[in-house]
Amino acid sequence: MLLLGPLGFASPWVLGALVALPVLWVILRAMPPAPKRIVFPGVALLAGLVDRSPVARRTPWWLLLLRLAAIAALILAFAGPIWKPVVQVPADGPLLVVMDAGYAAAPDWSARQARADRALVEAAADGRPAALLLANGQSDAVLTFQPADSLRAGLRGAQPAAWGSALPNDPQAALAAPPEGQLSTLWLADGTDYANRAAWLQALSDRGPVTVVPPARPLRTLSLAEDETPSLTLHATDDAALQVEAIGPDPQGVERALATLTPGDPISQDGLTVRPVAIDLPPELRNRIARFQIRGERHAGAVVLADDRVRRRKVGLVGDPADQAEGQRLLAQTHYLRQALAPTTDLVEGALGDVLDAAPDVIVLADQVQLAENAELAEWVQQGGLLIRFAGPRMAAFDRLMEEPLLPVAPRQGGRDIGGALSWGDPRGLAPFATDGPFAGLTPPDEVTVRAQLMAQPSPQLSERTIAALSDGTPLITRDRMGQGQVVLVHVTANAEWSNLPLSGLFVQMMERLVATARLSPAEEAAEDREQPFWTPQTVLDGSGHAADPTDLMPVAAEEMAQGPGPGRPAGIYVAGERRQALNAGGPFSLADWPGATVEDVRTAPGRDLKGLLLALAALLLALDALGSSMLARGGRRIGTAAVILLLAVLPAPRVQAQDIDADLARAADEVALAYVITGDSRVDEASEQGLWGLSQALRQRTSVEPGRPIGIDLDEDDLSLLTFLYWPVTESQPAPGPQAYLRLNDFLRSGGMILFDTRDGDVTGVGGPDMSGALRRLAAPLDIPPLAPVPEDHVLTRTFYLLSDFPGRWQGNPVWLEAPPLAAETSTGAPFRQLNDGVSPVVIGGNSWAEAWAVDDNGYPVFPIGSGWEGEQQREMAYRFGINLIMYVLTGNYKSDQVHVPALLDRLRIEEVLAP
Amino acid sequence: MSLSPVDLRARAEAASGHLPGLILSAERLASMVAPGAHGLRRAGPGEDFWQYRPASEGDTARSIDWRRSARSDVQFVRDREAQTAQAAGIWLSRDAGMDFTGGPDRPTKAERGRLLALALGMLMLRGGEKVALLGQPPRAGRLQAERLAEGLVTRADDTDPAAALRPQMRVVVISDFLSDPAWVQTLLARAAGLGSMGVLLQILDPDEATFPYAGAVEFRAPGGGPRHDSRDAEGLRNAYLQRLADRRDWLSAQARQAGWQFGGHVTNAPASEVLGWLWQALGQGAR
Repeated sequence: MLLLGPLGFASPWVLGALVALPVLWVILRAMPPAPKRIVFPGVALLAGLVDRSPVARRTPWWLLLLRLAAIAALILAFAGPIWKPVVQVPADGPLLVVMDAGYAAAPDWSARQARADRALVEAAADGRPAALLLANGQSDAVLTFQPADSLRAGLRGAQPAAWGSALPNDPQAALAAPPEGQLSTLWLADGTDYANRAAWLQALSDRGPVTVVPPARPLRTLSLAEDETPSLTLHATDDAALQVEAIGPDPQGVERALATLTPGDPISQDGLTVRPVAIDLPPELRNRIARFQIRGERHAGAVVLADDRVRRRKVGLVGDPADQAEGQRLLAQTHYLRQALAPTTDLVEGALGDVLDAAPDVIVLADQVQLAENAELAEWVQQGGLLIRFAGPRMAAFDRLMEEPLLPVAPRQGGRDIGGALSWGDPRGLAPFATDGPFAGLTPPDEVTVRAQLMAQPSPQLSERTIAALSDGTPLITRDRMGQGQVVLVHVTANAEWSNLPLSGLFVQMMERLVATARLSPAEEAAEDREQPFWTPQTVLDGSGHAADPTDLMPVAAEEMAQGPGPGRPAGIYVAGERRQALNAGGPFSLADWPGATVEDVRTAPGRDLKGLLLALAALLLALDALGSSMLARGGRRIGTAAVILLLAVLPAPRVQAQDIDADLARAADEVALAYVITGDSRVDEASEQGLWGLSQALRQRTSVEPGRPIGIDLDEDDLSLLTFLYWPVTESQPAPGPQAYLRLNDFLRSGGMILFDTRDGDVTGVGGPDMSGALRRLAAPLDIPPLAPVPEDHVLTRTFYLLSDFPGRWQGNPVWLEAPPLAAETSTGAPFRQLNDGVSPVVIGGNSWAEAWAVDDNGYPVFPIGSGWEGEQQREMAYRFGINLIMYVLTGNYKSDQVHVPALLDRLRIEEVLAP
Repeated sequence: MSLSPVDLRARAEAASGHLPGLILSAERLASMVAPGAHGLRRAGPGEDFWQYRPASEGDTARSIDWRRSARSDVQFVRDREAQTAQAAGIWLSRDAGMDFTGGPDRPTKAERGRLLALALGMLMLRGGEKVALLGQPPRAGRLQAERLAEGLVTRADDTDPAAALRPQMRVVVISDFLSDPAWVQTLLARAAGLGSMGVLLQILDPDEATFPYAGAVEFRAPGGGPRHDSRDAEGLRNAYLQRLADRRDWLSAQARQAGWQFGGHVTNAPASEVLGWLWQALGQGAR
C-alpha cells in the first residue's frame, strides 16, 4: 500500500499509467473532430480545389482537458484509492484468529468471515503461520499453526452454531505448540461473556498483543420465562423495542406469522435492556404457534421454540352442578381441579353439552356417570380428545358400572376402603412411576396416601393400561386409547375425601402431565417405546435460526438437556416419549470486557474506498465530453436541448408552488356566495345565475344569511375547497368533467359541501318519456354518493327555517332525494322526528327546476312563469322557502334537529303563561 | 421511372394544393409592374391609331377614312399600329440543386424560380402575350396562368430547352448555372440561329453566393454525385468566389454574344426586384 497523506492506494503500480497522460494529450490534440456534412449544390465549382493549409483543426483545450481528467480519474480509480486507510502494525510472529462462533455471531457472520479472511490474507502475504480457533466448543485439540492460506477454505466453510460461543477448557494445553515468534491474536468477538473466555484472554495477552473486533450490531435474544403463565423476555444490548413474531401454521397449514407481540417497558441492568413480552393470545392461536422470533433478527438466540410449556390447552371441567352451596365449595371435586388446572390451562366449566360445544382439548369429568351426551363425548374422544374421569362415591355406588362406556378399565362396583376404622392395613402410598409413562421423572412424596379407591376388574390389559399404581400394585390411574384420543380414569376422587393426593403438589404436576399429552399426534406417541433417559431431536435450528436437519444427531441424555444447548445438542425441539421439550439458545447474557486487549473501532476500520466515487466522476466527465463533442459536430445547434435534458436528469424535481386562490372564489367564500355549475348551455347558465341571485335576495331579506353575487364554477378549472353549496343543473349536452374535477368534487362532498342536482325535468318525468335521469347518472356516477332515499317526512330539511311538506320549484310534486337514513335509526320514542345522521346529506337530487322558480331579472321581476295566477305565485313562494331551508340546512347542519325539545319548551311556556298573571 | 396516369393525376392534385397561394403571390408581384407599350411601331392590324397615309391601289373603299379625306382632295387611309402578340417561353431548371436552401428563413431556389416564372408569365399574359413553359404550345388568356402554375409545380422531366426553341420566341431561362454549363452554349447558339431573344436568370442561395463555411466540411452535391472533402473550408472561400465570378462573366459574355441578357438573383433579396429587372429586360427586347 502506498500512502500519500491521508490517501492510500491498494495497487499503486496502476498509477504508473499516469505517465501516459502527456502522450494522450498529444494524440488527442492531433485528433481532428469529425467533418460536418453539408449538402451544397456548388460542389462542381469546388472540384479540384486544394485546402490552403491542410493542417487538422485542433480539439479545443477544454474538451481535451475533460478527456484527460476522465482518463486520470479512471487510472486513479483502478489504483484502489482509500481515504484514511487503516495501517496495520507490521508483525512477524504467528497469528491466531479466534472467532466466536455461537449464535450471537450469526447475524453478521459473513462480515466476520471477511474480516478473518482479510487477516489471513495479510498473514499469508507476510509469510506468517496462522491458526484458526472457532469458539463453538467443538474443538479441544492443540492448536496447530499452518500457512495462513491453507486455513481460508476452512474459514469459508465454518458456520455459526446454534448455541453460545465456547472455548476449550484449558488455554495452556491448547496453546502448547506455538511456533517461534511473538503470537499476535485477532479475536472476532460476539460481545457475550462465557465460560473461560477471561482465562483465554489472559493466556493470549501473556503471549502477545490481542486485537479484539467487537460486534458491529447490537445483539438481541429472546427467552421463555419459566412461569405459571409463560411469557417471553427480550434481552438486548440496545434500547430498540423490536416486535416479536409468533410463527406457526395457519388454518391452511401454511407457516406464517400468526401474531405480533409488542414488548413491554424496558428494565436496564448492566448495560443490557430487558423487556417482558406477554403472550396474550387466544388459546386457539397460541396452540398453533411453533416458534417466536424477534422480527428482523436472524440467529438462533432470537428464536424461542414453543413446546408444551407454551401451549395452553382448553380444558372443559364438568362437575356436580348441585354442590354450589357455600360451605361445600371447598370440598367440591371441581374446586381442586380448578386450582390445579387454572394457572396452566384455559378452563371451560359447565354442563357437558356446553363444554363439548367449546371444543376443548381435555374434558375432566368429576364423578359423573350415566351421561346423556355419551355419543357426542365418544365421538369427541375418537377425534383426539382426552377424557379424564375421576371416581367418587356416585360412581362407586352405581349398580351398572360395568356397562358404563368411556372407561379405560372395567371397574368393580363398590370400591375399596383401606386404612379405615373397620379395615385392616394402613392407607397405601404411591408406587414409583414407571420411567416410560407420562409421569416419568415425578417422585411421589411419602405423605401422599390413599384411603379409598375404585378397583378394576382383573384383566390381561390391566397392567398395560395402568400408568400410576399404589404401592400394592392396584391401579391408581388407568388409561386407554380410543381412536385418536384417550380416556383416563383416576381411581380416587378429585377432592380430599378418598386420598390426600389432591392436596399435594404432585396432583398439580400429574394433571399438567396428563393435560400435556392431549392432542399429540400418533408419530409423537410412537416415541414411547424408546429408552427414556434420552431425548431425540425432532426439529433443530442452525446458528442463523433456520430449521436444520436433525437426522445425524445423537439422542441427548436427560442430564445434558438440563444444561441447555451446546455441542451435539443444538437448539431445537427434543422428544422423549410423550414429552416434548425445546432447547432454546437465547437467554440472558452478560457483556464481555477486554482488559489488556486492543479493541478495534468497527466504524473506521476499513477506511473509505474512493474507487466508486472516481469511477462515477469518470463517467460524468465522459458524458460531458460526449455532450461537448456533439456540440462541436452540430455546431451548437442542439446543445441547448441536450444540456437541458442533462440538467433535468441531474437536478432534483422543483418544488410544487402553492397555487394562488382565484380572487373571485375568495370573494365567494367571503360573502358565502352561492355557486352553480357552468353547463355550457348559456340559457341554463343564465337561469342558474338569475335563480341563485333571486334566492340570495330572498335570503338577505328574510334571514341573517347575506350572500353576495352568485358565482359560476367551471368544474375543470376552479377550486371547490372554499365553497359550501353548489347548484348543478343537469343538461343532456353537458360534458362530464375530468378525473381531477371529480377528485375535487369528492373532496368537496367529504369536507361538508353539498350539491343540489336539478334535473329540471319535473314537467316530463314520471310519465315514461325521456328525462334527465340518464344524464344525471352519467355525470354523478364517479361521485362518492351515499345510498339515497326520498326526503322523509321528519327530515331536518323540512324545518330548518320554514315548516315544509313539499319542495316545489317551477314544477311540483316530484320526490326529492337525499342521503338515506341509516337502517338503525328507528323512530325514537316521543320525538317528533328522528335523530338522523349527524352530518348533512352531501347531495340533494330533484327535478323541480328550482333555479327557474327563483330566477329574477335585474329589475327584480321573476323571469319564468309558474303555474297560473295566484296559485303560481304561491308555488314560487314555496320554492323560495325550500331554497331558504336548503341553505339553512347546508349552513347549520342538523342544528335544527334540536327542535325535538320544542314541544317540551312550549309546554313549559304555556305553564309559565298560566302562572304569570 | 414510369408514372401511371393515375399516379400522375394524384400527384398533380397534391401539388396543385398550393396553387392559389402561388397565383396570389404572383399576382401581387405582377400588379407592382405596370405593363408597358406593346405596339410593334409599324402599321399593321391593331387597335391603336398609327398614321394616315394616302390611299393607294389595293386599298378598298371601305378602308378610306372619309372624315380625314374630306379635308383635302386626296383619299386617306387610317393605319393602325401592328399589335401582334408575342410568344414567350419560360424554362425553369429542374436540377436537384435547385431544391437547396441554406436556411429555413428563405425559400429554395426552385420555389423562388417558380414564383418568378409564374409571376412573369402572368404579367405577360396580362399584356396580351402568349406564354407557355418551354416545350408547350404558347397560349394567351387568363386560363393559361392556371396551366402555367400547374406545369410549374408538376415535376415533369427536364426538357431540353434548346430542342424546344421556336423561331421569334422570347425565352426566359431560370437556373443556378452551377453545374456544367455546356448546354447554355448550345441553347444560345440555336436561339441565335432561330432569331429568338431572351434572358438568362441565375438564382443563387446566399450560401452559394457568399460561401460562409469554415472548418472541416464534407460538401456533397444534392442527390448524390460528386463530393468534395475539405479540412479548411474557410480557405476555399476566395477560390470558390473567384470561380463563381468567372462563371457569371462567362455566362454574361455568352448572352451578350447571342443578343441575350444575363441577370442574377439571390434568394434573400425580394422577388419583386428581379421581377422588375426581368420585365425591363424583356420589354427592351420587344421594342
